Order: sequence, then structure tokens, then C-alpha cells
Amino acid sequence: MIEFRQVSKTYSDGTAAVEDFSLTVSSHTTTVLLGSSGCGKTTLLRMVNRMVEPTAGSVRIDDVDVATVRPVALRRSIGYVMQNSGLMPHRRVVEDIATVPRLNGAPRAEARRRAMELMEVVGLDPQLARRHPGQLSGGQQQRVGVARALADDPNILLMDEPFGAVDPLVRLELQRELRRLQDDLRKTIVFVTHDIDEALALGDQIVVLRPGGRTAQTGTPRELVEAPADDFVSRFLGLDAGRRKLRAAPRPGGGQVVTDDAGRPLGVLDDADGGPSAGAGE
Amino acid sequence: MTSLLEALDWVLTADSWTGPGGLGVRAGEHLLYSLLAVGLSALVALPAGLFIGHTGRGRGIAVVSTGVTRALPTLGVITLVALAAGIGLTAPMVAFIVLAVPSILAGAYSGVEAVDPQIVDAARAQGMSPRQVLLGVEVPLGLRLILGGVRLATLQVVATATLAAYVGAGGLGRPLFLGLRNHDYAMMLGASIVVILLAVVLDALFALGQRLLARRPGTA
Repeated sequence: MIEFRQVSKTYSDGTAAVEDFSLTVSSHTTTVLLGSSGCGKTTLLRMVNRMVEPTAGSVRIDDVDVATVRPVALRRSIGYVMQNSGLMPHRRVVEDIATVPRLNGAPRAEARRRAMELMEVVGLDPQLARRHPGQLSGGQQQRVGVARALADDPNILLMDEPFGAVDPLVRLELQRELRRLQDDLRKTIVFVTHDIDEALALGDQIVVLRPGGRTAQTGTPRELVEAPADDFVSRFLGLDAGRRKLRAAPRPGGGQVVTDDAGRPLGVLDDADGGPSAGAGE
Repeated sequence: MTSLLEALDWVLTADSWTGPGGLGVRAGEHLLYSLLAVGLSALVALPAGLFIGHTGRGRGIAVVSTGVTRALPTLGVITLVALAAGIGLTAPMVAFIVLAVPSILAGAYSGVEAVDPQIVDAARAQGMSPRQVLLGVEVPLGLRLILGGVRLATLQVVATATLAAYVGAGGLGRPLFLGLRNHDYAMMLGASIVVILLAVVLDALFALGQRLLARRPGTA
């Protein structure tokens, strides 16, 4: 469990990135910090592994204040995936994935074996192991980034817009894979994004942030869509612009055709499982 | 033109190279002084430059002090130190180190600074210690520029090491000054040619090293 207790971050020039933010992230769930750029979401994420120190308040992992743990040791126990993969350009893929196990003292062969395993877990061709990151596609690089973060089996995974720099199709695929992974691994994930669709697709809990790191609303994806707290959340989710208004009309062959507000088809609802849970099509 | 031909003739004569004061011994001394000076400078300037590049601290002081020391006339430094330390290798060594340190220092910190900050950030976030970030990420990725500083320093010192003879030490300055004093311009010019050759060969070696480094993936 990760707890943010009234954390603030004020820089020396007086700008406040985060003000009096509190949040509890339950173990084995995915929490998405959602907000536009400059809302302090990355700052909050980086407080968990002490890449940023709060100026007030504390971050606790399983009731231990992270400020009492040595940063290097803390970071080695937490997976971190960043937007531009952050892979080491001079290292081969397999060496890069093996970084944290090696730092934690695993013998070379053991770390390597573990890295090869992880490549399979994240769906990378083992032949890519000897490549350098410059020889990989954006999607492959992000998979390597995820594999590296998972390599020493951390309980917590911090993901800072990890799929922000890849094209939309690859992005959807990576999101699907992350969900599949999470079903198996059940890590405690804190995921930062400005993409509302990504937040709805991945989050068990979503925190919508206003500028200055203040919480606009916290809830499950369904709670946010069903009952946005105010206009800001509503606008952010695209509820006011009719982007998420869907219509269903009977289809000749049975079931219902679902369209968006402008009448463009999005998918089909079967009568058989057309219960209230079937919302938007992908 | 005639003196240049005479000089070449002198360099290409076997007799000029042999004996205790021959070109062979002098070139050896010259190389030894140069490598010693660059080596001692690197011992000081590399760690200092890497520290400045890694922490960003002391950069202002480094820029100013390297600018000042670059402006010092080497002959003046030699004379000044020789007044205190006497005749011999100490004075020229001090002057060569003063000459070499700024280039090596600048190469080292600019090499480290040239590394993509996102990669450094990622390395830290994985849990690398500052030392591991420096030696495992910043140095290998900035190595081409770091080596560039050593290359420049070597070139400067080899070209200047003739001045060692000014205060009684050896090196290729000996035949050069001797030729000057005895109006033996073939000898004087010949010694200069050997200095130039030495500099060109060393520089080519460094160029080769840098080119090999540039082929490694990710090197800035």
C-alpha cells in the first residue's frame, strides 16, 4: 500500500507543483494519476521512489516513510518505466533488462537468465536480446522498458506516461498487454497519463488532477463517468462535448448497433450479453 | 627551399639518429616528457572534470581558470619555475601540465554534460548510485569527447615540449636550439620536422581511437 500524506512540493522560486495532496493506493491495484501537463502528476509519481523529495508531508509504503529509506536501495526495489523508454543506448537489450538484478547483486548468468524470461513475459522476440535500443521500434523499446522495471520482481511499478510516445495502434496493444500482465502479476501500479481513454482502460482507481496537484476527483472509472464531481472533471472526461454519448439502435440481424453522438458506428451490442456493463466499444 | 631539402637530408641520414645525442634518443625523450606531462595532467584533470560534469558544481570556476591558464605564455612559466626549482625537468614539466590541464578538464566535463539527461535520469531511477551513473553511463557515453580533450592536450604538449631544452633538459628541443646557436639550419629545421611528425602520428592515433568509439552504439 502506498500512502501520500498531505504532500506538497514547492520549488525554491515559489512555484507549487503539488499542494497538500493525499491519496491511498491499495496493494495489487492500478491507480492512474490523470491530468494535463503541469498538473504535478509526474512530481507525485517521482516522490514514491525519492526522485523528488516533498517539501511537506510524507509518502509511506506499507507504513514506512520513504524518507527513511536510502534512495538507491528504495529505487532498486521499485520498478520505473518512463516515457522515452530511458534505455541505455550503449547497452544491449538483455544487459539493460538485467540492470536491477545486477545492482541487487545477482550473478551475471542468473540476471541474464531472468532478463531472457522477462523478454518472453512482455512479448519480445528473444532474438532482440543482443540488439541495442537504437535498433528497436518505439513499441519494442517500451516493452524493454517494462521488462527492465519488472526484472527484479518489485511489488511496486511506477509508470510515467510509458506509452505516450508510440503511435495509437501500438499504444492500444501495449495497454492490452499491460492489463494481461497485471492480471497475472498483480503489482501495485501508479500510472501517470494525460490520456483519458488510457486512464479508463487501465485504472482500478483514477485520480483526476487540477493544476497545482490538487485532486478534482478520485474514483473508479465507472464512478467518474457516472457521476463526475464537477464541470472540470466532466470536461476532462469529454462528457460535456458529447464525446462519450452513445446511442444504440436495433440491428436487422439481432442485437444493437452502437454509435457515437454524431452517428458514427462504434460496435455492436449482442442481446445475449447486452447487459448494463457493455458501454463503449473499443 | 634549399635549407628545407638540407634539413630533410639531415633527418634521413642514419648518423643523425644514432649516438647519445642523436635524434632517436631525443625523440624518445620528447615522447616520454609529453606522455608524462599528459599522464600527470590527466591524473588531476580527469577526475576533476568528471566531478564538475556529473555534479554541475564548480563549472564557473573551471571555465574562468582554464581561460586564464591558457593565456599564460609557456616560456614565461618555465622561466619562472626554473628560478625556484633550478635547471632540469621540473620547470618544463610544471609548464606542460599547466598547458595540458585546461584541455583535459574541458573535455571531461563537456563529455559528461553532453550525455542525454533523460538517460542519466533513467539510470538514477533504476537505483544506480552516483558513482555507478558516472562510471557506467556518463563516462562510456561521453568518452569520445573526453578523449578529445586528451587528444588536444597531447598535441599542445608535443608541440611545446621543445622548450624543455631551454632549461637544460633533453628532447627534440636540444638539436633545435643547438642548430639555432650554431647556425646549423638543417639541424634546426630537421628537428622541427621530427616534432611535427611525432605530433601528426600521435594525433592520428587519437583520431583513430575516436572513430572506433563513434561506431559504438549510443556514443555522443
